[in-house]
Amino acid sequence: MSLKVFDGFKFAKLPTPIHNMDPRAKFIMTIGLFVAALLFSNIYALIVIFLIQLPIVYAAKTWRKWASSMRAGLLLATLIFVMNFVFGSTIVFSAAMTLRFLSLMSAFSLFFMTTSPDDLGLALEQAHVPYTLSFTFTTAVRLVPTMALDAQTVIDAQRSRGLELDKGNFMKRIRNYIPILIPLIVSAIRRSIELAEALESRGFGASPNRKPLIVLRMKSTDYLVGVATLLMLALAVYVYLFIPLPTPSIPITMPKIFPWL
Amino acid sequence: MIETEELRFAYPSSPEVLLGIDLTINDGEFVAIMGENGAGKTTLVKTFNGLLMPTVGKVKVDGLDTREASVARLSRDVGLVFQNPDHQLFSETVKEELAFSLRNFGYDEETIQRRVTSILETLDLSRYAESSPFILSGGERKRVALAAVLVWNPKHIILDEPTIGQDYQQKDRLRNFIVQLNTQGKTVIIITHDVEFVAECKPRIVLLSRGKVIGDRPAEELLSDEPLLDKASLTRPQIGALMHELREFGLPESAIDVYSAQQAILHSLGRRK
Repeated sequence: MSLKVFDGFKFAKLPTPIHNMDPRAKFIMTIGLFVAALLFSNIYALIVIFLIQLPIVYAAKTWRKWASSMRAGLLLATLIFVMNFVFGSTIVFSAAMTLRFLSLMSAFSLFFMTTSPDDLGLALEQAHVPYTLSFTFTTAVRLVPTMALDAQTVIDAQRSRGLELDKGNFMKRIRNYIPILIPLIVSAIRRSIELAEALESRGFGASPNRKPLIVLRMKSTDYLVGVATLLMLALAVYVYLFIPLPTPSIPITMPKIFPWL
Repeated sequence: MIETEELRFAYPSSPEVLLGIDLTINDGEFVAIMGENGAGKTTLVKTFNGLLMPTVGKVKVDGLDTREASVARLSRDVGLVFQNPDHQLFSETVKEELAFSLRNFGYDEETIQRRVTSILETLDLSRYAESSPFILSGGERKRVALAAVLVWNPKHIILDEPTIGQDYQQKDRLRNFIVQLNTQGKTVIIITHDVEFVAECKPRIVLLSRGKVIGDRPAEELLSDEPLLDKASLTRPQIGALMHELREFGLPESAIDVYSAQQAILHSLGRRK
């Protein structure tokens, strides 16, 4: 099992225009991509949504990490393709659903790779999200790499006890993950309890009126990105409602395994 | 026998952790791997059962190159007890936890029951057989994790930081148990920072610093070599420090545990009389 997928969601500070953007502008951009990807099930539209992200990935200089997280997500992408195809969808629709998954994964990966948890917390606070909630969210984001390390250690520990994750039929392979998931969940719960106790011991929440030291300010480029995203989203909705998109016809279908479907 | 030849290892996109390690651990030896945090101790032992593959060089376990065998195959001979028991416990009962690896290795149910019962008794865990491992104390969970590896009777046993979270009596019991395992002919390898524990066990010490072996000697010699210990952020054990202070009275610095210090002091007093 590869945990490289987590690398594609880990922030690393880099001096790029994407990293320097206001987190709110990036969030609008991500949500725009998210909505557009869910809106369309047409393969051409989804190809455009996927390709539109590539120059942003390039500008953010996160090409390698993005590629490695995409590679790690390929297993799930393949599963989505196979399940769709087996359960009666056309090959084009199955490919479109796979592309939708990859587009969503890419959009969120890009957001988390270029937005520091601190900035994210500040953005949430300035959006009047209660501090306890924004802190919980940013801490969860921050703990992803730690959880990934824990997951690797648990996998190593169980493999050392003779567990072979890739052995057996499909159901057996799923069951093989139980010895991985339970210790991981238990240690996450233990860690969260310890963290909560440590925070309370250090006076978390003692002062109800918090004032942030740094105040985020949107620059003109951030406004531009926000407006451009909204315009493109409006265009996407227009295309979806009024312009019928062509669908390629590939006459390959799976024989009916489940005739009632 | 576990051998490493020019072993080098680096995690992806990171600098090298192991920088050319040549090491031979013979069958039935008792070895402590010590060194500062980040010296590469855990990384080194993870190459012994194939969890990590050398980027350069070789690791051989009983003549078998670890590149040519699966982790499951190597683990039959090399049992690795991880530092944190919470990283491996998942079953509903302690008994089931111990049976897990035996089932993975394909033992029949009768053998599984026999071995589980036996290891529960050996490690004084019988009363917890039907308990959930999650409700046990830290020390008890650690013992369950140890039992979960010893149950399949591996030839070589590696314990990563076995003394962490153990009280003094548990440490004493653990020391006796490890010595007993070694006496039965098992190769025992421990990773530890606990110089007091090592001083009482007196194994061969392999001292690592920044990915290299900087010392490989018996405990009595290595734990009294202050400049070398300094390099690996270690200090002398307390008895060793006392004997060092008393060296001008003719007491040997190599007496690092209570028994040998007592013998040396009595010998010295007798000589004076």
